[in-house]
Amino acid sequence: MVGATATAAPTRTDEPVLATVTFTVNGQRRELELDTRTSLLDAAREHLHLTGSKKGCDHGQCGACTMIVDGRRINACLTLAIMHQGAEITTIEGLGQPDHLHPMQAAFVKHDGYQCGYCTPGQICSGVAVLEEIKAGIPSHVTADLEATPQVTEAEIRERMSGNICRCGAYSNIVEAMTEVAGARA
Amino acid sequence: MKSFTYERPGSPAEAAAAVARTPEAKFIAGGTNLLDLMKLQIETPRHLVDVNGLGLDTVEPTEEGGLRIGALVRNTDLAAHPRVRTDYGVLARALLAGASGQLRNKATTAGNLLQRTRCPYFYDTAQACNKRQPGSGCSALDGVSRQLAVIGGSEACIATHPGDMAVAMRVLDATVETIDAAGAARTIPIAEFHRLPGDEPSRDTNLEPGELITAVMLPKPVAGTHIYRKVRDRASYAYALVSVAAILGKDGSGHVAFGGVAHKPWRVEAAETDLPKGAKAVTEQVFAGAKPTHENAYKLKLAERTLGAALNQARA
Amino acid sequence: MKFDTQAGPNPIDRLKVVGHATDRIDGKYKTTGTAPYAYERHDVAPDAAYGYVLGSSIAKGRVRSIDTASARQAPGVIAIVTTLDTPRVERGVMNVAYLFGGDVIQHYHQAVAVVVAETFEQARAASFLVKVDYAPEAGVFDLAAAAKDAEPVPADSGEGSGGSGEERVGDFEAAFAQAPVTLDASYRTADESHAMMEPHATVAAWDGEKVTLWTSNQMIGWGHGSLAKMLNLPKDKVRLDAPYVGGGFGGKLFVRADAVLAALAAKAAGRPVKVALTRPLIANNTTHRPATIQRVRIGATQDGTITAIAHESTSGNLPDGDPETAVNQTKFLYAGKNRLTAMKLARLDLPEGNAMRAPGEAPGLAVLEVAMDEMAEKLGLDPVEFRIRNDTQVVPTKPDLRFSQRDLVGCLKLGVERFGWAKRNPKPGQVRDGQWLVGLGMAAAFRDNMVMKSGARVRLDASGTVTVETDMTDIGTGSYTIIAQTAAEMMGVPLNRVVVRLGDSDFPVSSGSGGQFGANSSTAGVYAACVKLRESIAQKLGFNATDAVFEDGEVRAGNRAIPLAQAAAEGELVAEDTIEFGDFSKTQQVSTFGAHFVEVAVDVYTAEVRVRRMLAVCAAGRILNPKSARSQVIGGMVMGTGAALMEELAVDTKRGFFANHDLAGYEVPVHADIQHQEVIFLDETDPMSSPMKAKGVGELGISGIAAAVANAIYNATGIRVRDYPITLDKLIDRMPDAA
Repeated sequence: MVGATATAAPTRTDEPVLATVTFTVNGQRRELELDTRTSLLDAAREHLHLTGSKKGCDHGQCGACTMIVDGRRINACLTLAIMHQGAEITTIEGLGQPDHLHPMQAAFVKHDGYQCGYCTPGQICSGVAVLEEIKAGIPSHVTADLEATPQVTEAEIRERMSGNICRCGAYSNIVEAMTEVAGARA
Repeated sequence: MKSFTYERPGSPAEAAAAVARTPEAKFIAGGTNLLDLMKLQIETPRHLVDVNGLGLDTVEPTEEGGLRIGALVRNTDLAAHPRVRTDYGVLARALLAGASGQLRNKATTAGNLLQRTRCPYFYDTAQACNKRQPGSGCSALDGVSRQLAVIGGSEACIATHPGDMAVAMRVLDATVETIDAAGAARTIPIAEFHRLPGDEPSRDTNLEPGELITAVMLPKPVAGTHIYRKVRDRASYAYALVSVAAILGKDGSGHVAFGGVAHKPWRVEAAETDLPKGAKAVTEQVFAGAKPTHENAYKLKLAERTLGAALNQARA
Repeated sequence: MKFDTQAGPNPIDRLKVVGHATDRIDGKYKTTGTAPYAYERHDVAPDAAYGYVLGSSIAKGRVRSIDTASARQAPGVIAIVTTLDTPRVERGVMNVAYLFGGDVIQHYHQAVAVVVAETFEQARAASFLVKVDYAPEAGVFDLAAAAKDAEPVPADSGEGSGGSGEERVGDFEAAFAQAPVTLDASYRTADESHAMMEPHATVAAWDGEKVTLWTSNQMIGWGHGSLAKMLNLPKDKVRLDAPYVGGGFGGKLFVRADAVLAALAAKAAGRPVKVALTRPLIANNTTHRPATIQRVRIGATQDGTITAIAHESTSGNLPDGDPETAVNQTKFLYAGKNRLTAMKLARLDLPEGNAMRAPGEAPGLAVLEVAMDEMAEKLGLDPVEFRIRNDTQVVPTKPDLRFSQRDLVGCLKLGVERFGWAKRNPKPGQVRDGQWLVGLGMAAAFRDNMVMKSGARVRLDASGTVTVETDMTDIGTGSYTIIAQTAAEMMGVPLNRVVVRLGDSDFPVSSGSGGQFGANSSTAGVYAACVKLRESIAQKLGFNATDAVFEDGEVRAGNRAIPLAQAAAEGELVAEDTIEFGDFSKTQQVSTFGAHFVEVAVDVYTAEVRVRRMLAVCAAGRILNPKSARSQVIGGMVMGTGAALMEELAVDTKRGFFANHDLAGYEVPVHADIQHQEVIFLDETDPMSSPMKAKGVGELGISGIAAAVANAIYNATGIRVRDYPITLDKLIDRMPDAA
């Protein structure tokens, strides 16, 4: 066994198994002792009180919990906190604050890319990561030519953002916000 | 979710040994399906062996001109790999048609092969399901079955394999490499990797307990137009009603496998010689003996027409 | 303030702040994740324990016993409250099913226990150790089968447009029999789930005999009274607070199990408890839009004049439940001398049917407006022209009742022009674009404009800051912003001098959010309170209130101008008032209108339907904030597109539950389903609606859109599907040869 996260011998009881994990959240080093069952999402919301990441389904079906971990967006509800020893984690709180909005946050406000606000942090984290994914040349389902470099188009944005459900139906506005941030013409 | 202990082994062999020696142990990689099921206590491991960090995350050329895909290569990375994009388009397309960007960033090659059915009765622990609870019965047979299998099912189970990647791997004749607790490696042709439910639907695959997938091997590329056509109710982020993985020449000749129709990726090689004759000639053979429910009989017509679309694309 | 006469000129008409496409004032909180939702209140309940709800695994019957012994022994468990420990809890406003208590199971996933533990993980694990023994009973779960035994609905039953049951004008049967052109068609709409992104959630904390619930609820006033009744407490011993609500769409109009269980569990645990319904529980534990079976008959003369129109609808519900009032818009939308509308209600043992965004109109127009399309084709008329020919300026069932404003024709004509309707090929199945069959469709939109009594309190402090307090909620509707705009306009200050506090039952009771009445009603309440505050400010500064102009942070009259803040120099000024709508509001019919235009493409091989373009033209009175109002409309269009193409709670008619009870099984539209959407608002003010001269738009967008999509599919393929959602399996057998 390696690493600080290794736990004691297997147990047959229902007692919680505790493990320690250390990672960086929004630039701050955090150490937590957690029940091994704790999702990364619940570690943030219930232990670090970073409640910006939302729990909409807890089953990877909505995207409201999206965080950027080691440069990639993931569903924080479907991963264990203890699996992220040493990780660099960015949540919505790490992108910007009410008086210092990240450009993507500002664009969402400008284009009304939200209504009730509950899916919004996930949309924004996803939106920031999507533009990076396109820049990195990662193809998508709608990329016509797999061997060409994908471009920032509305179709690409819509497909890549489809893991973030907005029941208020702000999709059209979200695409406009992202397009503006990407600096591309609609 | 039951409490569990957790360890991070140092090597694949150590990982396999850890699962073999520990009661109720499971490997965890991306975790996107396992944790989903653990929250509902459909899966109840008491020990998790975290295989992330064991390497197994590279895509390498093989001497035969194919590719060796590490078990832990993430779906995103596999789809974006230059060789996969160039030579195995059907695989890249299948991966990109699956799940969402977030899930593809976590989900692994091995984990994707092992994802479990999305049958609503499998997911509802109050309902009878032979896959989840052997002997309890199958509520789907006379229940909501629009998404479920039309062929290869049994009186015990009509679940489908929900994935896209495996359907592409089936048409590519991939093989799965594993290692067991004793450190012994073996390879399993993809055709024999997933099982039909028969009277033992709780077993999705022919893996032995504790056997760890280390890689998926692709033979050298097959020329032709690589197509993965996934049909679903919404435009993205949904499971296939029917999918077609095909590698086709201009004359329509080639290979085809179907997803969303059975407990495993569905391919009948003998029917492929008739591909130039058109979709119907093929699907009549591929789906001979199909036993759809009244809710999912549409899949037969849909499979034919989806293959028709693929043939049309190849001929264009 | 009583609204008892048509609104005259008032300070809102200046439109210095109101009517502007202002960014939402809550935007910087929502986009940074700092807006607190119910489950996130570490600030007020830092020591909250975690409650996990267990749902019934049978659809109907009784609970014989519940064994909690091993669950109570589980690590971390603090308390378990079971339905057998609890006398049946009274129902709150609009509840049909009982939420908790007693041994009767009325529907699947009805709450039977809540397990409270130190951590979420412990509560969840322990909940699986609770063993419930049920005595199941046979139930009725299939609407189609139950429809033949459905009972006629008595008049004045149900929600929606103030619905009634059977209503007749003239002699429908005779006129229909004589009509040279007729349509008689039956349709089906599906059970739908609100599927708001924030699950129903509550944190409850007791302080002695008083309980506070931080909860997710659209109607604080209703919830406050309901919870007092349900918990057997005087109202002053209950407080609700819901500053942010992560979507509702009608699913949070009323108290649900999360609130009741949090309160009971917190009492049992002796400390605050938080409870969120897990996603797999929501579809069956809470409410849904009921499925309908509808029949429409239309008779017309050859020139397209409707002479007979009948619309009948059958839906199902639990005992005491209401019908889906799908026939109501048919009383208002088109002329025709001989008319019949009727509803029947079947008794079902499925979960509770209740209001979902535009109850009545959403499924009703989804059918009526397809029938109109079918009829137009029979008549050889353009569907827009057919609607224009049957426009009416009076309510067809009450010819003495005029619409206060009705520019449906204006909406249709502008839509025709902006959408390029002339390019539509009236013959279906003709337009091909590569693998796609392309079609255009349209539908009229109608939603009645309800108003609700609404109160607010307004404060002016020495810094010149205006603070509005009302129990109004912002469920994504833009309430924070339009209320701030209203107060800024009334008090003559910039938007950034206004603070808005919402959702607290300690604040004056508002309309709440529902039925698209919230924006108009709640801002009218703020208007009323501001009128009072202006009076006390004027008095304080020695002005005559009627002469004083509130502008640029000053109060002016004649050649005197005094800074507003000075009025509060010696102490805060506070005013409170409530707008009340009496019978005057019923002297004309106040409704909202619109027209939807849609282009779809249908894959010629697979019959997959993709919406390519959408346009809505809306006539809905004064638009208080075109930016947030537009978002409301496009949001409704998205939800209606879901209803048209994919949304259906799949009923297991044998076991009695919705089988696809999560967000993977119940598909709602995703980004890739929705292309750019256009919305045009006609420039209107309606002085019959309120001093704001505004009307609702929150439900207009969903009204009619499903039919526009369905009609476009027909135009693309020539296949008429009368069974929503229009999934590809309903098209595939009839698709043309692809090659």
